Amino acid sequence: MARPLPPLAVNLFEAIRLALGTIRTQKLKSAFTLMGVCIGVMFLIAVVSIVNGMGKYLQNDLVGKLIAINSFELRHRPNINIGDTDAATWREYQRRKRLRDYEVPAVIEALPEGTRYAVIADAQLSMMSRYGGGPRTVRVTGVEGAFFDIKSLEVTDGRLFTSQEYAMGTPVVVIGPDVVERLFPSLNPIGREVRIAGLPYTVIGITESQGSAFGMSFDNVAYVPLQAPAKRLFNAEPSMIDAVLIQSPSEAEMTEAMEATRQVMRTQHQLRPSQKDDFALQTADSALAFWDKLQGYLVLAGVALPAFGLVVGAIVIMNIMLVAVAERTSEIGLRKALGARRRDVLAQFLVESSTLGAVGAIAGVGLGVFLAFVMRQVTPLPTVVAPWSVALGVLVGAGVGIISGVYPASRAARLDPITALRQE
Amino acid sequence: MSHTVDDIGISTTGERRAVVTAPGTAPGADWVIVARGLKREYDMGGEIVRALRGVDLAIGRNEYVAIMGPSGSGKSTLMNLIGCLDSPDGGEYWLNGQLVSAMSDDALARVRNKEIGFVFQTFNLLPRATALQNVELPLVYAGIPADERKRRATEALDSVALGPRLHHRPNELSGGQRQRVAIARALVNRPSILLADEPTGNLDSSTSQEIMKVFEELSRQGQTVVMVTHEPDIAAHARRVVVLRDGIVESDERREKFVDRVGIAHATTKVAHD
Repeated sequence: MARPLPPLAVNLFEAIRLALGTIRTQKLKSAFTLMGVCIGVMFLIAVVSIVNGMGKYLQNDLVGKLIAINSFELRHRPNINIGDTDAATWREYQRRKRLRDYEVPAVIEALPEGTRYAVIADAQLSMMSRYGGGPRTVRVTGVEGAFFDIKSLEVTDGRLFTSQEYAMGTPVVVIGPDVVERLFPSLNPIGREVRIAGLPYTVIGITESQGSAFGMSFDNVAYVPLQAPAKRLFNAEPSMIDAVLIQSPSEAEMTEAMEATRQVMRTQHQLRPSQKDDFALQTADSALAFWDKLQGYLVLAGVALPAFGLVVGAIVIMNIMLVAVAERTSEIGLRKALGARRRDVLAQFLVESSTLGAVGAIAGVGLGVFLAFVMRQVTPLPTVVAPWSVALGVLVGAGVGIISGVYPASRAARLDPITALRQE
Repeated sequence: MSHTVDDIGISTTGERRAVVTAPGTAPGADWVIVARGLKREYDMGGEIVRALRGVDLAIGRNEYVAIMGPSGSGKSTLMNLIGCLDSPDGGEYWLNGQLVSAMSDDALARVRNKEIGFVFQTFNLLPRATALQNVELPLVYAGIPADERKRRATEALDSVALGPRLHHRPNELSGGQRQRVAIARALVNRPSILLADEPTGNLDSSTSQEIMKVFEELSRQGQTVVMVTHEPDIAAHARRVVVLRDGIVESDERREKFVDRVGIAHATTKVAHD
């Protein structure tokens, strides 16, 4: 239309009130109409908040616990693989050379001032005590260097290793709360003997709880000095190690440290410039890279699935509006006889359908927020309702209302007042 | 363009009066309705039905006219054209000095809103709205602010003695009361003509008399009234009766002549109007 629309005869507020009146007087019909949009918006809100919650969970509770701030791990291959390792990559990982303890000093040498490091080797080993039940499989980690400082892991009872114990490889062990519970029921384990794969160790400390992720406890653990007798059990050859943990005082220094480590390792592995690294520098970001990609898909799914609900809602609204137009043909004829222009009738029905859509959407937002809340209560996912999803939900609901109202409303607007008036 | 004399008007005193205007020019201000050669055809599944075959009609200000005719005579078609609900296929139609026969849909909506007050056989009130809200409806489309709407609608309902029924819904009102709400709604925009389509068609005879008294009173106050009916005794309440047959004006005469000719014996024709 070339000229601007004159103000509508019926103002918006009144039109919305009229539409709400229609919803009130036709409760059952309206309830069905609202359901489609309501369910669609509900899932939109819920799915987005679950995806957000999973992201936060992975970041804070999983990767955050496994990888300390401003730190990275030198490994022969990444050990946190959130789903994106294809078969070819996996085969390449399998062929890689293992890290050796004799490679470590050169790496440490190259690190900038102020950088902390720890060397670790670990394995699932069987542990038992004469006080508890049968043997229990525990993740036993041999550590050396500033491991407990980097992980900021403390003991709730007893103590950590002395430098002498590290140096001598004394058979002492610090155990996690789950191990205490299993191997030392109602007993103070400090100073008592425990066997790791048959080798006698003395318990000297109990770590604080490190929580769990995806129902997997981080407390079924035991730490021993790397040089202690269990060393040969961690890997096929005694010189093999699993990782070097490196922590820098800042993010910038971490990048520097990573670069230094990379160069030293490439030299030690005699890689040509054209060859790719045959080791991994795993950071929190690299562990989460796949999640970032996955999150995109999940949000897309979170938007696409509710879209079906919204399409259904749109079709239902369109049908209801068509019925409403048919039922109110004589009303439309009367309104036209009394001076309603096409656009007045059009506006009346569009406001009515978009109000239907918006009311459905608001109900959906309420249910979605509730669903997110329930998820937070009954699952470990810290679901967080994204404000943008609420705004999007309401907008989409009203939009669905408008779009599905266009056809019925234009039919109403085009009605011939004479035939419309004759209809009873 | 030569001037012609259309000898088609009848004054309130019953004398024939000339409308001295040429086709295509506006009639004088005395004339509310001037129709020249109105034609309207319908295509009924390939068959052309000529509902109006050239109707000439002029209605002056303050006239009270009944349009009569058997079904199929074209009286409903003529009413639709007079009411600006439809546009003619031929001829011209001047309403209150405006040539409406060539207007767009939206312009016609505006003319209906400002110039015409409809009263329908079936009342056509919004069932869920109160009497007051029903009467306000034309003012809504006229863009009148809410407080003035309420004031004017209340006045209009007062004038048809429905002041105490402002907040009743149609189903709480009698047939006669409903039709009076409809009359209040028709008058609320101060239209040039009150156009009634079988206004007593759904009412019993005593209620019909009540409504006819309302029309009589409105006419006495100067309101131009055009009423379409097929009942001769209802038509006899008007001061001028136009009879259509086969899409043309068959007769157009003063009430007295019509009554004499048709021979209405009812005492109802004795309603005073002088």
